[in-house]
Amino acid sequence: MLNERYLPVIATLVVFILLYGYGMVEYKGFRDTLVFTNLLTDNAFLIVTAVGMSFVIISGGIDLSVGSMIAFVGVLLAYLITGLGIHPVYAAIIALLTATFFGMMMGVIIAYFEIQPFIVTLAGLFLFRGLAYMINLNSVPIDHELLVILSEIYVPLPGRGGLTFIAMAMLALLVIGVVVAKRTRFGLNVYAVGGDVQSAALMGVPVKSTLVRIYALSGLYSGAAGITFAIYTGSAYPLAAVGVELDAIAAVVIGGTLLTGGVGFVFGAFLGALIQGIIQTLISFDGTLNSWWTKVAIGALLLMFILMQKAIVHFTRRYSGKNPASSEEPAMQKVESTQA
Amino acid sequence: MRLKRSMRWEARTLAPIISLFLLIVGTALVVPGFLRLSIVDGHIYGSLIDILHRSTPTALIALGMAVVIGTKGIDLSVGAIIAICGAVTAVLTASTELHPLIVLGCAVLAGMVCGLWNGTLVAVFGIQPIVATLILMVAGRGIAQMITGGQIVTFHSDFINAIGNGFFMGLPARVVLAAVIIAITVLVLRKTALGMFLEAVGGNSEASRLVGIDSKLLILMVYVFSGFCAALAGVIIAADIRGADANNAGLWLELDAILAVVIAGASLSGGRIYLGLTIVGALIIQTLTTAILTSGLPAQYNLIVKASIILLVLLLQSRVTQNFIKTRVQAFRRSSDAQ
Repeated sequence: MLNERYLPVIATLVVFILLYGYGMVEYKGFRDTLVFTNLLTDNAFLIVTAVGMSFVIISGGIDLSVGSMIAFVGVLLAYLITGLGIHPVYAAIIALLTATFFGMMMGVIIAYFEIQPFIVTLAGLFLFRGLAYMINLNSVPIDHELLVILSEIYVPLPGRGGLTFIAMAMLALLVIGVVVAKRTRFGLNVYAVGGDVQSAALMGVPVKSTLVRIYALSGLYSGAAGITFAIYTGSAYPLAAVGVELDAIAAVVIGGTLLTGGVGFVFGAFLGALIQGIIQTLISFDGTLNSWWTKVAIGALLLMFILMQKAIVHFTRRYSGKNPASSEEPAMQKVESTQA
Repeated sequence: MRLKRSMRWEARTLAPIISLFLLIVGTALVVPGFLRLSIVDGHIYGSLIDILHRSTPTALIALGMAVVIGTKGIDLSVGAIIAICGAVTAVLTASTELHPLIVLGCAVLAGMVCGLWNGTLVAVFGIQPIVATLILMVAGRGIAQMITGGQIVTFHSDFINAIGNGFFMGLPARVVLAAVIIAITVLVLRKTALGMFLEAVGGNSEASRLVGIDSKLLILMVYVFSGFCAALAGVIIAADIRGADANNAGLWLELDAILAVVIAGASLSGGRIYLGLTIVGALIIQTLTTAILTSGLPAQYNLIVKASIILLVLLLQSRVTQNFIKTRVQAFRRSSDAQ
């Protein structure tokens, strides 16, 4: 029998296929693989952000600072490469370490000072945007031959499409995220903390250090998203990626992750971000609709998925006679088995 | 014991007020003429009036936010509601001949409908407030752009412009308007049992239901009130620039409003509503911005200063820090008693 936990992800997949199918029927150009690979490239930074955000949301938290982090990392990268003349590889490592460190600090404040993630990461949102302004107020190009080489990497697929470097990097980060969530002790701890903090603590899950690591991971992923974004645009701008945190949260929710924590899939965030991308693509193919329809459509989808999740939780509780947390049990059992 | 308790409560209450006072004194020392008030054409001018003038939208939104957060909720959609109501005001004034008061009524109604939508999702469908209001936060600016047709609609109406930039008895009209709304809210919440009911719902929704409080209706009303406050702020912002900018009107104002509530000492986990202190919080945020701008510091420091202050306030308010200080103080007392 189909586990009800998979229903939201399957629904997301169905919506994605329906939207894609509609595009293929309606527009000839849509049938080319180019549309799909462009979808991967254009939304790479959003998907990477959403993967990190999945961990935070599965643990029952939220990270509002990711958009500012993307801008900050981009500006930092530009400063290190063009301002200080550091090799891009080292610059990227420094930027990632900085992002991870800031994420970790937010995690420490959340875990050890017991302050709500919402307000701590809100402070992070202001802080990183402010730091980006401090480094640079203007949009600057990032000139280095390595970036040119990276942007020329292209693995052709059948049709006119092909995978760019950032699309492949994004897919690698996605796979790592999925494996970490499902196949490591840390990943299972994340589910346990999100399911019920107290029972997780009683089972011996190190709640505080798990929380710190979750926010460090989100910082790392949004840092990686910042680098992806910098390669994608070839420039850095302190006002870049405003509001990406909302898109990432929406991607995670559309991907079937419960904002109450404990239930969800990292892969769902990938689908959620792709759905947002495909709505944008459809609107640009249509040509008569304005871009603000994207926002309204995403809002409507968000509502649909939230109501659907509510209904699923409601009906499984009603018909299986289990408690409302029944959908969280499998994850918890897994944790128990690894602990034992 | 009783005395001690009320004194501690006072220390908590005084903290934001003292902060605001110190901030004003500090800025006055750095910026000469900061405290100067002059009367030109019967209107009062000066930096302090300017702070009041500029903080009006934030203060109004923070007022609604304080009540929402008091019920353990949060309203992320106020920025989007500002954009929608600004768009309604601008489009109705620019393209119809309706009386300005009717336009105002329509804008306020639009805000309350948005609030009703949020409230329905939270109270009836039981969706978490962050998620429920996130929907309108994402979609709201799109709706505002649909209303304006994707353009920045400019308009002219003496009545509505007066709300943005006019004067009433020597003071900016919008400040008077906000003060009246704030006064009414304080009266209604503190002189009736409503405020206590709301705090009860925020403290424990289930327990308050069991003692006979209609918590669903209250939660619904709270979001409608927040929508109402956001609508007024939207009209003021639109009147100020004589136009509606669906993309930028009220952008990130929800975060400032939440910040004002947190500075006032209210926990995001609900149960406490501090209206007066929330307004003080909104004034602190605006004073800080004005101080940074007038003292000649680059404007980009604004965000960093703001972030540092939030973090400082949060760390000081944290139960962990307070327990730490308490045990230290007790240990100190014990050692001094022993001597």
